[in-house]
Amino acid sequence: MTGVAIVGAAECDLGRTGRSILELQTQAVTRALADAGLHLRDVDGLATNGISRFSATQLADYLGLQPAWCDSTFAGGAVFPMYVARAAQAITAGQCSTVVISYANDQRSARSRKLTGIVEEGTPEAAFEAPYRPLYPISYYAMVAQRYLHTYGLDRAGLAIVAVAARERAQRNPVAWTYGKGPLTVDEVLAAPMISTPLGALDCCLVTDGGGAIVLTSLARARDLRRPPVEVLGYGEAITHTGMATAPDLLRTGAIDSGRRAFARAGMRPADIDVVQLYDSFTISVPLGLEALGFAAPGEGLAATVPHNTGGGGLAYCHPGQLGVLLLVEAVRQLRGECGDRQVPGARTALVHGTGGIFSSHATVILEADR
Amino acid sequence: MMLQHCTKCRKYQFYPRPICTACGGNTHDVAASGTGTVDSFTIVHRAEEPYTLARVRLTEGPIVLTHLIDTPDPRCDQPVRLVPGSEPPVFRRDDGL
Repeated sequence: MTGVAIVGAAECDLGRTGRSILELQTQAVTRALADAGLHLRDVDGLATNGISRFSATQLADYLGLQPAWCDSTFAGGAVFPMYVARAAQAITAGQCSTVVISYANDQRSARSRKLTGIVEEGTPEAAFEAPYRPLYPISYYAMVAQRYLHTYGLDRAGLAIVAVAARERAQRNPVAWTYGKGPLTVDEVLAAPMISTPLGALDCCLVTDGGGAIVLTSLARARDLRRPPVEVLGYGEAITHTGMATAPDLLRTGAIDSGRRAFARAGMRPADIDVVQLYDSFTISVPLGLEALGFAAPGEGLAATVPHNTGGGGLAYCHPGQLGVLLLVEAVRQLRGECGDRQVPGARTALVHGTGGIFSSHATVILEADR
Repeated sequence: MMLQHCTKCRKYQFYPRPICTACGGNTHDVAASGTGTVDSFTIVHRAEEPYTLARVRLTEGPIVLTHLIDTPDPRCDQPVRLVPGSEPPVFRRDDGL
């Protein structure tokens, strides 16, 4: 237990919005504060990235805030569970009392997504990997998937089931990008344009605008606010590599250590978790992640039964470049029992796992409804 | 293809760095034997001509990112050999010849 709780959660507009990043950020922050029954003037801590070099400072300026604490750590999509850990520590230490964690991206409206990623000059990757023209990040996930299929004697159809299941769950989430598009079939996934074998276009997460925000404060204060508090029970992180040739074993990701650390801090085990929100950047991320976090034995992640990615995830709901904050929003809603047709009955505990880069950075948060 | 070899703990390292990351010791450069196995691979189709990107696990231990050429049906764990004189270095299937 950390004694810190999430008291507000919201999405900004999703999909193709025609709005700028800072407009979407403003929506996310003000909606999450309204959900909590709080106001901008209550915010004294701010964590965000993806706006500019000075992201938290930039957003503070835009919203007229002068926070006592901020964080703009950049670790790809893993960073939002990391912000939760740092916010819990800052609140506990008395450095601030009310933290907003937010993120938004306009990548679909701005048509800004590049399949080749960004190669930063002067890095070892620029010298020793870029000459081989890997697609970043998909070629790395593709090599993980190839190794996974080889090791466990599976074929592409096995992974396609992950995309089919994500589409099916998104049909119960009215704000999902693929809501109302009906079911997806394994054959459709297999017939989609090949990008980097064995991953085709429908093995990849969406490219959409979107984002969201959550609000954290002390559990004691949370109990006086309008929403049922969701307590942060534990967290853990693991940082493993940036290069595509560093990891000695493609199938042993940092999620193993990140999850183990979070469970230890929470004093819990995988069997204690009612619902999982896991970063599904590509189909392979789901079985491998569920195995690493202890919800299935190695090679059996495709058959894991724990409810996960209930809103449709990055594959079928929304993927604004970094999914992490929206995983937290869905977890909070599940623990409050607000999810309607897609509600996991009686969910009291949730695990959120974010992944950044090419399985480079991992962060896990364990949450519990305070009812 | 050059590797670093630690003068203290004898570990091989790629890519080059000022220290051995296993023990902090000094390294010297040695030519790779040029043999290894395919750890994994992916055929990149989003290109004018598809190419096979691979992680090759060198016999000395380090893994390198490279291309496989003249290897029409690549498999994980398949033996491969450095193509002499290739720059950047690429590998092809090792038929044991």
